[in-house]
Amino acid sequence: MNPETIIIGLTMFILACFAGAELISKVPPTLHTPLMSGSNAISGIAILGALLATGHPESFNSISVIGFLAVILATINVVGGYLVTHRMLQMFKK
Amino acid sequence: MSQHIINLIYLLAATLFMIGIKYLSSPDTAKKGNFLSMIGMGAAIGATLAAPEINGFTLIIGGIIIGTVIGAYIAIKVKMTAMPQMVGLLNGCGGAASALVGLAEFQGNSTGFTPFTLLTLLLSLIIGGLTFTGSLMAYAKLQGLIPSRPVTYRGQQAINGIIVLATVALSWLVFRDSTNILAISGVLVFSLGLGVLAVIPIGGADMPVIICLLNAYSGLAVSMTGFALSNNALIITGSLVGASGIFLTKIMCDAMNRSLANVLFSAFGKVDESAAATGEIPTGTMKGYEVEDVATILANAGSLIIVPGYGMAAAQAQHATRELADYLGEQGVEVRYAIHPVAGRMPGHMNVLLAEADVSYDQLFAMEDINDDFAATDVVLVIGANDVVNPAAKTNPNSPIYGMPVLDVEKARTVIVLKRSLNVGFAGIENELFYMDNTRMLFGDARSSLQKLLAALKK
Repeated sequence: MNPETIIIGLTMFILACFAGAELISKVPPTLHTPLMSGSNAISGIAILGALLATGHPESFNSISVIGFLAVILATINVVGGYLVTHRMLQMFKK
Repeated sequence: MSQHIINLIYLLAATLFMIGIKYLSSPDTAKKGNFLSMIGMGAAIGATLAAPEINGFTLIIGGIIIGTVIGAYIAIKVKMTAMPQMVGLLNGCGGAASALVGLAEFQGNSTGFTPFTLLTLLLSLIIGGLTFTGSLMAYAKLQGLIPSRPVTYRGQQAINGIIVLATVALSWLVFRDSTNILAISGVLVFSLGLGVLAVIPIGGADMPVIICLLNAYSGLAVSMTGFALSNNALIITGSLVGASGIFLTKIMCDAMNRSLANVLFSAFGKVDESAAATGEIPTGTMKGYEVEDVATILANAGSLIIVPGYGMAAAQAQHATRELADYLGEQGVEVRYAIHPVAGRMPGHMNVLLAEADVSYDQLFAMEDINDDFAATDVVLVIGANDVVNPAAKTNPNSPIYGMPVLDVEKARTVIVLKRSLNVGFAGIENELFYMDNTRMLFGDARSSLQKLLAALKK
């Protein structure tokens, strides 16, 4: 990995932290639980790494098995997270 | 699909995630935001599957199907009162996924890593691992599988310190030789152990902070994986989640007037002889009342503020609460709800339960918006809340919760407290409120008490 890539990555990291903090400070307390479960769901984005690890090897080996487990866990995170968030948001009525 | 197109789709996904959070700023748009976020996730997954590096789909499809079935099942089955442990469990899955991706990278290592990649891989392994076991511990405590009281033993901090040092030392070995599988496994095992040991000494009522912090960790682990894989989608999304977790952690700590270090290391709520000795025993008598007497007070009230706490969740009393409030509302009583930031076991826990019971979110007020109104209120109904309404936080400098912002319920004309038993609250301290002249205690299960009150009012 060359220094340029590292610096671009760090730049994105820092900027996204501030953007995230700014957006999240606007979420009212009443929606803090859906905020947690919703941000939880998007942290399932680790699934991208899991897919690459599972699908990359030509043959069935230890990497694809580890990747397979990671795909299952990340999918639970994504599907479960979005679904409970949806269930909760449906209940908020005026 | 070329890598450039894939990266553009990742950017789209990250944008949709941010718009999703932006739409969470109001309950009216929140559902749409969640859908946009889902679309972003779908697009990112689709783009990755179209990447040239992916050669086989059998395991991927199998894994996605299994994960979807499990995830959907638990998401549909979970009760709203169990939402804190559900979020904990999902955090754990995310952390474990990041750690496993890191492990797979180490396994696939043939050409060696640059120092930066190695550092971020190790961090994703360590943070992911301790998020996994820490979340499982939080889940077990909240679900009641293990005692929720803080567990402490002699030399606890020293043992944790040694494990941290051992993890650092093993990481150094991996840094020297990234094919040292034994050292890599050691780092993973110690991280898993650290997650367990770090959460054991933390009590049930401090779980809101821990759930938030683990949420931040799971985001951080994803970011680290993103650095290791040079994957922008992971870097950006992980930092969004990390920022969200840290923000909520800070809100929770501020609401308890405690530092994060105090929450993590002080084993708050541990039954401690010396702490009990410094607490003043309140004078006066606690007045237990009958249902009929309390019903009369409610019938004569013009304004009512309901203060729910964890006891309402534990007794599944949210529907009974709303039924009583609706009936009183029909009789012309002005009914509002006051929500303390740390009421319940996670941020916004009470709001979700009351939303489930069809309470309009217009009626729910945050502490700072309603605290001045208690003095002009006829009746306050405290349902299963204790420490968040304890006046000692304002008056008694010796109290463990002194300085914590609390709801000024005692300023109302009459305070009715629904309480399961005479036991002290989580912090293990007496609550002067229960002994005050304007307080009426109604002992029993919150749900059945509320139902009896409603029946008595309708007579």
